[in-house]
Amino acid sequence: MRDFISGRAQEIPPSGIRKFFDLVLTMQDVISLGVGEPDFSTPWNICESSIYSIEQGSTSYTSNKGLQSLREALSRYLDQHYCLKYDSEDEIIITSGVSEALDISIRAITDPGDEILIAQPSYVSYAPCVTLAGGIPVPVECTEKDRFKLNSDTLAEKITRKSKALMINFPNNPTGAVMREEDLKPIADLVIDNDLLLISDEVYAELTYEGRHVATATIQDLRERTITLNGFSKAYAMTGWRVGFLCAPKPLCEAALKIHQYVMLCAPAMGQVAALEAIRSAEEEKNRMVDEYRLRRNMFIAGLNRIGLPCHTPDGAFYAFPSVKETGLSDTEFAERLLKEQRVAVVPGSVFGAGGKDHLRCAYAVSRKQLTDALGRIEKFMADL
Amino acid sequence: MDEKDLEILHILEENGRISPEEIANLITLPAKDVAGRICALEEARIIRKYTAVINWEKAGNGQVSAIIELKVSPERDFGYDRIAERLSRFNQVKSVRLITGTYDLQVLVTGKDMQEVSRFVSEHVAPMDRIRETATHIIMKPYKENGNILFEQPEAERLPYSF
Repeated sequence: MRDFISGRAQEIPPSGIRKFFDLVLTMQDVISLGVGEPDFSTPWNICESSIYSIEQGSTSYTSNKGLQSLREALSRYLDQHYCLKYDSEDEIIITSGVSEALDISIRAITDPGDEILIAQPSYVSYAPCVTLAGGIPVPVECTEKDRFKLNSDTLAEKITRKSKALMINFPNNPTGAVMREEDLKPIADLVIDNDLLLISDEVYAELTYEGRHVATATIQDLRERTITLNGFSKAYAMTGWRVGFLCAPKPLCEAALKIHQYVMLCAPAMGQVAALEAIRSAEEEKNRMVDEYRLRRNMFIAGLNRIGLPCHTPDGAFYAFPSVKETGLSDTEFAERLLKEQRVAVVPGSVFGAGGKDHLRCAYAVSRKQLTDALGRIEKFMADL
Repeated sequence: MDEKDLEILHILEENGRISPEEIANLITLPAKDVAGRICALEEARIIRKYTAVINWEKAGNGQVSAIIELKVSPERDFGYDRIAERLSRFNQVKSVRLITGTYDLQVLVTGKDMQEVSRFVSEHVAPMDRIRETATHIIMKPYKENGNILFEQPEAERLPYSF
């Protein structure tokens, strides 16, 4: 029998810590800081409006682009909150989570051999999605020295004639780094000078703790060459609903829509109804959750630094990214032994690209009590090293 | 009052037993400063007191509570204030609110049994001057009090890992 698996599918690496993950499932009493999702349940008014829509029989396909009412509400929301101006008719697609938005964006712009620059550490799907689209992922490292912001000199070194686009994610998973306007400007210059496209995943935008989130597409002259991705999962504790969105100028949006309509048809109807309710009346609930994350961040970062895991204070998202360099263990060794010896699960930073080496991703989207207990266990682990 | 004071109030409102050290950790202030701010907030009577939310039904010490709606003739110069204040002084009365609608005042009364509540209403509340009409609603089962859900909720399961 032939080997039926495509070269591309063979080329993408399996998740490096799959075994590790399976181990966690067999263990009792594990405090997991490995989950990239809120520990809150979706606010009830959001759930209730979706349940009601199902009771009313709204269980069919929606338009490919998504419910018109949702796109209109979103268009107003983006303008009011981020000064982003996208037309609800031609420039917004509702997708099945940001993951789908990411995939169709990449496929809409990538030809075989195109180099796609990826600011790393990054979410694990970026590079595989590029590979599957026939492109070549080119990591651009963000380092601790720059507080994990994207440095324009590092980026400039990686740009070649084949470079087609740059993918960034700020506030960042896994580092929590945030790019301010002054950080984005030199990047914008490079993007424009080298005629690149920018894919900006801003799913953690609402989780910005100091100052306001700066939407990449609001930087001068970037809008026409930017695809903005965002979603409801993180800010509204809606991971399981699978609703995200893609915003881009009409020609880019049309190309992405073609792919979306063939592979996804539309985002889940009940999820879209939930998202609409989230925009309309979950602002206060969202702020309450963001305030709580801020408190947890303050306490957890102080704790990590106190017990000897140096960690910069992340300005956004809900991840701490401490360094394990001083312990003499690699990030993978540290994570494996910490799990086995003290039953605390964290994600080794190298999973997110070479830039994440010697670091751990610890999600602080768990209760304060669990964070305190986890700190105690990590401290004990360090003492026994 | 500044932003840090507000943060302290929000944290204490959710958990009155949290220590100044823990609060200090949450809002990145020295513990001494937090303790000082709490003292000042107590002295300014912004923090009124620290209490516990108790599910008395579960504690087996069931009390009877009733919502009493009152139609009241307001007094010249005082409106509803004097009668509302008079009602508020009773220990049996847990809350008094001026409301819109068919009735004027809404009063929450508790007692150890139905007889006690009904005696209190008929002997102390109903005969008061200026009260024209009362409607008593016995509370059969509380589900949520002051933002606290009292019934057990299943904990949602989360995968221990995601990227």
